[in-house]
Amino acid sequence: MTATSSSTAPRPFGRSEPLIQLRGLTVEYATEAQPVRAVDGIDLEIAPGEILGLAGESGCGKSTVANALMQILRPPASITGGQILFNGDDLTARSSEELRKFRWRNVSMVFQSAMNALNPVTRVGTQFVDMMQAHERISRNAALARAGELLELVGIDARRVRAYPHELSGGMRQRVIIAMALALEPELVIMDEPTTALDVVVQREILQQIGVLQRELGFAVLFITHDLSLLIEIADRIAIMYAGEIVEEAPADEIHRAPRHPYTIGLMQSFPPLSGPIVRMAGIPGSPPDLANPPEGCRFHPRCPHCRPEDALLYARQTTERPRLRLVGEKHLVACHLVEAET
Amino acid sequence: MSAGLTEPAELEVQGLTKYFRADSAVRARSFVHAVDDVSFTLRPGTITALVGESGSGKSTVARLLARLYAPTSGRVLFDGDDLTKIRGRRRTLAYRRQVQMTFQDPFGSLNPAKTIRHHLERPLQIHGIVPKSRVDQRVYELLDRVGLVPPGRVATKYPHELSGGQRQRVAIARALAVEPSVVVADEPISMLDVSIRIGILNLMKDLKEQHNLAFLYVTHDLASARYVADDILVMYAGQIVEQGPVDQVLSSPLHPYTQLLMASVPDPSVARHEQIEVTRGHAAAAIDPGEGCRFLSRCPIAIDVCSRVTPQLVEARSRQSARCHVNAPAHVI
Repeated sequence: MTATSSSTAPRPFGRSEPLIQLRGLTVEYATEAQPVRAVDGIDLEIAPGEILGLAGESGCGKSTVANALMQILRPPASITGGQILFNGDDLTARSSEELRKFRWRNVSMVFQSAMNALNPVTRVGTQFVDMMQAHERISRNAALARAGELLELVGIDARRVRAYPHELSGGMRQRVIIAMALALEPELVIMDEPTTALDVVVQREILQQIGVLQRELGFAVLFITHDLSLLIEIADRIAIMYAGEIVEEAPADEIHRAPRHPYTIGLMQSFPPLSGPIVRMAGIPGSPPDLANPPEGCRFHPRCPHCRPEDALLYARQTTERPRLRLVGEKHLVACHLVEAET
Repeated sequence: MSAGLTEPAELEVQGLTKYFRADSAVRARSFVHAVDDVSFTLRPGTITALVGESGSGKSTVARLLARLYAPTSGRVLFDGDDLTKIRGRRRTLAYRRQVQMTFQDPFGSLNPAKTIRHHLERPLQIHGIVPKSRVDQRVYELLDRVGLVPPGRVATKYPHELSGGQRQRVAIARALAVEPSVVVADEPISMLDVSIRIGILNLMKDLKEQHNLAFLYVTHDLASARYVADDILVMYAGQIVEQGPVDQVLSSPLHPYTQLLMASVPDPSVARHEQIEVTRGHAAAAIDPGEGCRFLSRCPIAIDVCSRVTPQLVEARSRQSARCHVNAPAHVI
C-alpha cells in the first residue's frame, strides 16, 4: 500500500473532508404537552479515522445523537431540524431502503447491552453469516471463514464460531458484537457506552483491542460515555454535552489539561484521582435540568459557581441569553458567557 | 467505662462463609463459594471499602451483615452478640437497629406511593426512637443532616419528584433514623450521575466524622474507594485477597489481582497506560474450588506451589496483608 492510496489510514486532524457533519441537528420527543427537545441544534464533525468522544450525564442527549446518526430514532423521537451529512450526503433525505444498506455497511453501532443482543439459540458464526448475507452476496462458508478471522481480530479463538452466546462470558460477547460491527469494514463505528456494563479489567482489555483495530483498519469512532476519564485516554477529540447542547469541544489532552467550561471543569472534579494527595472535591451542586422545561439563558447557570446576582451585568446575560460555541484556542470551542467575557 | 458514655461497638467478622447450591446437569451437589472465610473488623469512625468485580462476593458479604442471608459458617460479632446465633424478632430488630443497609438502586428502594416523610417516620416508629410528639422534628433533622433542604418541603414529596442523588440521600437518612453504629452501603453511587457522586461520598465522610459511624462501602470503583475510605478489602472469587490502609494498598499493591485492577482503571493523570496482558478467564465466582490459588489462571507471577496450596492472608507489610505465595509468603524461605 502506498502512502497516497491509504485512504483507510488514520488521519485524526488531517485537512480531509469530514466523514460526518452534523449541522444544527435537532431531535424532539413528542409528548402530550409541548415537544421535549433532547438535542438542540448541535454542530459536530468527525474526520475519517478519528476517535471522537462524546461525554455527558444521563439525559443530556448523547445517545439520541448516536441514534439520529444511525437513523434509528423511533417515535416519539424524530429529527425536527438540521442535517446529518455522511461524506457530504444528507442522510435525513435518504429512503428507508437506502438507509438499510447504509447501516452496518457504512456506519455500525455497538450498544451498552449489545452483548445481550445476540440470539441465544443460534451459534455465533451463523449470526455473522446472516448479517453478512443480508448485505452482500457471500457463500455461507466464505462468511464463516470471515467470521473466524474477525473473532481472531478481537482476541477470540476462531473456533468459537461454533459457540452459543451463553458459552461466552459477557466480555467475550461484547467482543463478538464489536467484531460484527467491523465485519463490513464501515467508515464509522458508533460505540454507545460499550464497556459500561463490564468489569474494569475486561473494559481495559476491550479498549486496548479497539485501539489496535482502529489503528489497523482506520475506521472512525464516535465513542459515547459518561466516563470522562476513560475518554481522555482513548479519544482524539472530546465534545461535552449538557442538556441537549454541546458546551465544549477540544482535543482530548486539552480537555484534560485546560478545560474552560465550568461544567467540564466540574465534571473533571467529579472523578477522584488514583494517585496524589486526597483533597476534598466539590463535584457539581444540583442536578441536570428537566429538558421539558430547560432553564432560560445558559442551561448550566442554575448549577454554575460563576453565576452570581452580584455581578449584575454578567448575571443578566447568563440567565437570559444562550451562549454560542466560540473558538477560544486551536480546535477548542466553548459556549460560556464567562469565557466570551475574557477574550 | 465512664458513666453514660459507652464506646461505640466494633463489628467483627470472623471466617464468614456463604455457599449457594449450584447443581447442574453434569454435577449434582455443587456449591458456589460466594464468600469463603472472610474476616475483617469495622471500627467506629472508619470507612472500610470492600471492592471487587461482579461475582466476587462483595454484595453477598453486605447482605450477610444485614442478615438478609444466613451464613453457611463463621461469626459476626457485634457488641458481644454473635449475629449468626440471633433468633427471634426482638433481637433481630435490636441488631438491625445497630446495623443498617442502603442499596444500589435509589429508585427501587423507596416506595413510590409514599411520601419522603413516611419513609423516615416508619423506622422511628418501629424502633421507638423518639416519642410521637417529636417525630416531625426528627424527620426534619434527618433530612437536614443529609443535605435535603428545606426539609419541610422535601418531606411532603414523593420519590418520583426527587432526582437519583436526592433519593439516595433519603435512603441514607432512613438508615440514620434508627441511630445505627454501622452502615453497610452497597454501591451507593454507581447508579447516580457523575456530577452528583462526589456529594454522596462527601456526605459519607461527614457522617463518619460527626457521628462516629462505621461504614462498609461496597463498590467496584477503586477511585471512589480511595477518596472516601480509610481501609480497603479487595475480594476475588469469594476471598479477601488483599487488605490494609487504602492509600497504602492502592499505591503499592501486593496481590497481582490488585495490581491488575490498578493497571486497568482509567486514569487521565497517567500519560500512557502500560498495556495489560490480556488474560484468559475472568473473575467468576468459584464453584467447588479445590486447593490452590483462585487467581492462578490469570496470574502472571504464579509459581509451582500456587496450584497446590491455597495461600493464606499474610501481613507482609505493616497493616497490609495479601493472599499470595509470591508477594506475601507465609514464611521466609
